Amino acid sequence: MYHRFDAVIVGAGGAGLMAAAQLAGKANVAVISKLYPTRSHTGAAQGGVAAALGNLEEDHWIWHMFDTVKGGDYLVDQDAAEVLAREAIDAVYELEHMGLPFNRTPDGRIDQRRFGGHTRNFGEGPVRRACYAADRTGHMILQTLYQQGIKHQVTFFNEMMMLDLLITDDGVCTGVVGYDIHSGEIHVFHAKAVLLATGGFGRVFKVTSNALSLAGDGCAIAFRRGLPLEDMEFFQFHPTGIYKLGILLSEACRGEGGILRNDKGERFMEKYAPTLLDLAPRDMVSRSIYMEIREGRGINGQDYVHLDLTHLPAEVIETKLPDITDFVRTYMGLDPVKDLIPIQPTAHYSMGGIPTDVDGRVTIDEENTVLPGLYAAGECACVSVHGANRLGTNSLVDLIVFGRRAGRHMLKTINENDFHPLPKEPDFRARAEVSALLEGDGTENANVIREELQEAMFRDCGVFRTAEGLTSLREKLTELRHRYSRVGVRDKSRTFNMDLVETIETGYLLDVAEAVVAGALAREESRGGHFREDFPQRDDVNWLKHTLAYRTSGGIEMRYKPVVITRFEPKERKY
Amino acid sequence: MQVHLRIQRFNPEVDSKPYYEDHEVEVEPTDRVLDALNKVKWFHDGTLTYRRSCAHGVCGSDAMRINGRNRLACKVLIRDVGTNITIEPLVGFRVIRDLVVDMEPFFNAYKSVLPFLINDDPAPTTERLQSPEDRERFDDTTKCILCACCTSSCPITWTNDEFVGPAAIVNAHRFIFDSRDQGAAERLAVLNQKSGVWRCRTVFNCTEACPRGIQVTRAIEEVKRTLLTGDVS
Repeated sequence: MYHRFDAVIVGAGGAGLMAAAQLAGKANVAVISKLYPTRSHTGAAQGGVAAALGNLEEDHWIWHMFDTVKGGDYLVDQDAAEVLAREAIDAVYELEHMGLPFNRTPDGRIDQRRFGGHTRNFGEGPVRRACYAADRTGHMILQTLYQQGIKHQVTFFNEMMMLDLLITDDGVCTGVVGYDIHSGEIHVFHAKAVLLATGGFGRVFKVTSNALSLAGDGCAIAFRRGLPLEDMEFFQFHPTGIYKLGILLSEACRGEGGILRNDKGERFMEKYAPTLLDLAPRDMVSRSIYMEIREGRGINGQDYVHLDLTHLPAEVIETKLPDITDFVRTYMGLDPVKDLIPIQPTAHYSMGGIPTDVDGRVTIDEENTVLPGLYAAGECACVSVHGANRLGTNSLVDLIVFGRRAGRHMLKTINENDFHPLPKEPDFRARAEVSALLEGDGTENANVIREELQEAMFRDCGVFRTAEGLTSLREKLTELRHRYSRVGVRDKSRTFNMDLVETIETGYLLDVAEAVVAGALAREESRGGHFREDFPQRDDVNWLKHTLAYRTSGGIEMRYKPVVITRFEPKERKY
Repeated sequence: MQVHLRIQRFNPEVDSKPYYEDHEVEVEPTDRVLDALNKVKWFHDGTLTYRRSCAHGVCGSDAMRINGRNRLACKVLIRDVGTNITIEPLVGFRVIRDLVVDMEPFFNAYKSVLPFLINDDPAPTTERLQSPEDRERFDDTTKCILCACCTSSCPITWTNDEFVGPAAIVNAHRFIFDSRDQGAAERLAVLNQKSGVWRCRTVFNCTEACPRGIQVTRAIEEVKRTLLTGDVS
C-alpha cells in the first residue's frame, strides 16, 4: 500500500509526539508506531523533567547547562547543551499549557525536586530543578502528548513496524517502509520529511530497565543504510534497578532523601562523592556500587546493595513515590516504608545514536553534512547533549526540546520543498527481508541468539570493560551473526506475527551491539559511562572527540569528530 | 517449579473457533505470568501470540484474563496465581489472534469523551496556576494506562456495544475535575447520552480489575453526581 504525507514520524514516544504537536494542523502528518502510542517507553520515565524555572530556589539555565556538560564528562556539544537548558523552560511551560498535571507548590506553581548531578552555582550543592508529577512524570508526558495528537487529529498508524528507510541515490530521504503487524502487509510512506524517534536499545543487555520492544530499530536501520552512529560506546547503567529484574527505581528515591548502603550498613557514597553523596551522577554511583561488591561489601557478599528509604516519612514514600512503592511491593514482596530494597545497576539509556544537529537534522560525517529530509530525536538520536553520561531527567528534557525543534524545522522543510521521487521499487528490500524469514528453512532460534547476546553484552560491555573482554565479545558477536543468518521463523502467519517481529528485532540488536562494542574497544580511555579498567583515566589529549561508527563491507569503520566547546573548558570531574 | 498453563488459542487463518492448548513450563515463584508466556513462545511454540512491552505494569499492553480475572500478565507473579493457570483474551472484545484483541472500539470510546485539556484562554508566559488541592482532586484518574482491564470486566460492555465503558469515563473525569479545564459541559453532554454513564449499574468489577488501583466506580459516580448537580468542584 502507498501513502503520501508531508511528514512521517516513526515512533510515538515523547520525541515523536512532541514533533507531531508542532506539525498538527499545519501539515499532513502521520505517526507510525509498532505499539499503540500510549505503550511507548516514555511512559515508564519516573522522576522528573529538569528546567531552571527557579520556582523553589534560585536557578539559572546556565547552571543547568554547566551541570549537563560536566555530567557528560565534557563530551557534550556545548552549543546543544545551551539550547537544551535554555529551551527546557519554555518546553515545560508548553507541556503545562497542554494540560500536563504537574505536582504543585503551595502557591500553585510547578513543584520541583532534587536530582542527581543538578546543582546550584556550578556545583556548590543540589538544586530543586526537576519538575515532576509524582513518580510518573513520563506517563503524564506521554498521555498529554497523545491527547494533543487526538485533539489535532493526527493520523496514527498503530502496530506498524518500520522495516526500511528510503534514501535515494542522490542522498535524499523520501520516506519509510512499514510492516503492518495486523495484516502482514507492506506499506510505503512517501514523505517530504521523516523523523526517526524510535527510542533506545537497552534490550542488548540482560538486566535492563527497558521495554521488551526496545531493540534500536531506528539506529539499526540507519546503520544498515550506511549512516553513522555516534558515541555508541556510551551506555548508561542506572544505579537502582530492582535486583535481577532491572525494573527502574527512580533517582527520585534518592532525590527525596534515600540512601545507598552496603552489607555493613555504611553510606558508601561518602567515600566516592563527598559533596553530592547519593545524588552524584549515575555513572559514578553505578561504579561505586560495583566497587563495594568487588571488595566484598555487597549484601551477604552477593552482587547487590541496598536502597534505604526507611528513614523517610511514610507519607513522602506513599505520595511522592507511589509507583515505586507499588513495584517494590509487587515484584519483591517488600515494603519500602520498613524494608531495605535490594538493587543493582540496570542498563538504562544510550547516550549515543544517530548524529543530528540542534534542529534534529541527521548528519552523516565529520563535517556535519546534513542528509536532506531525515530527522532524528530522542534516545535514538545523538545531538549530543548527554556526552559520556546523561544526567537524570535530561532524557525527558531532550525529548521535548529536540522533538519540538525537529517538528518545527520539519515544517520549514515541508513548506520549502516538493516531494522528491521515491527510489525505484521502494519496498523491494523490505519484501525480500520478510519473505526470506517467512519462507526460509533456517533452524536457529532468534530467542536463543538474543539471550546469548544479552548475557555476553552485560558481562563484557557493562559498567566495567577491558580489551580482553571486549575482544572475546566481538568474536561472540561474529558467531551470533553467523547463526542469525540461519535463523528460522516458526510462525508463518500473516496475522499478528510476533515471532517475525521479534526475529527482526533480534537482527537490529545484533547490529547496534556491533557498533557499541567497536566503539568501546576503540576508545582507550575512561569517560562517563564508558569505563575501561585497562585505561582508567580520562584522556582529553587523544579522546576528547566523538566516535562515528560506519558499517562497511569490510566491517565497522571508525571516524571521529571534534566536541563543540563554547563556555566551559574541560576540567577534572569531582562531586 | 513447574506450572501448567492452559491458554486459549485462535488463528483466523486456520481455526474456525477458539480452543485451549496446554503447556508445562519451568518457572520461579517470583516470575511474572508474562515470563511464563515468554518461555512458551520463545522456546516451545513460536506461534503463541500476545501483546507486551514494558513488562512492569506501566504500558498497559498485556491485559488478559488470568484465572478468570482481568490482569496485566507482567504484574501478576506465579506465586500469587498457583500452578494451574488459565489464560484467555479479554472478554467483550473481538479476538484478532490468540490473546490479542481488537482495541479500536476501546480507543474510539476513549476519543469520544474529548480526552484533552480544553481551555481557550490565551496561555500565560509561565505556568497556569493550580493549587495542590485542585491538583489532588483528579489525581486518581490521571493514573490510567488505557489497558482495558476495567472496560472488559464490565458486564454492561459484554452485551452493549454502545456503552463508552469505564476507561472512557475515567479519562473524562480526569479533565472534568481539572480546575484548568473549560470543556466539562461538552464532555458531560457526551456522557449524558444513552451510551454514557447511566448505563453503569455500579457492579464494581472495574475497580477490582484496575491494575493501577484507580477507584473507577467512584470516578463514575462522581461524574453521575455532577450531571445531576452541575457542580464540577
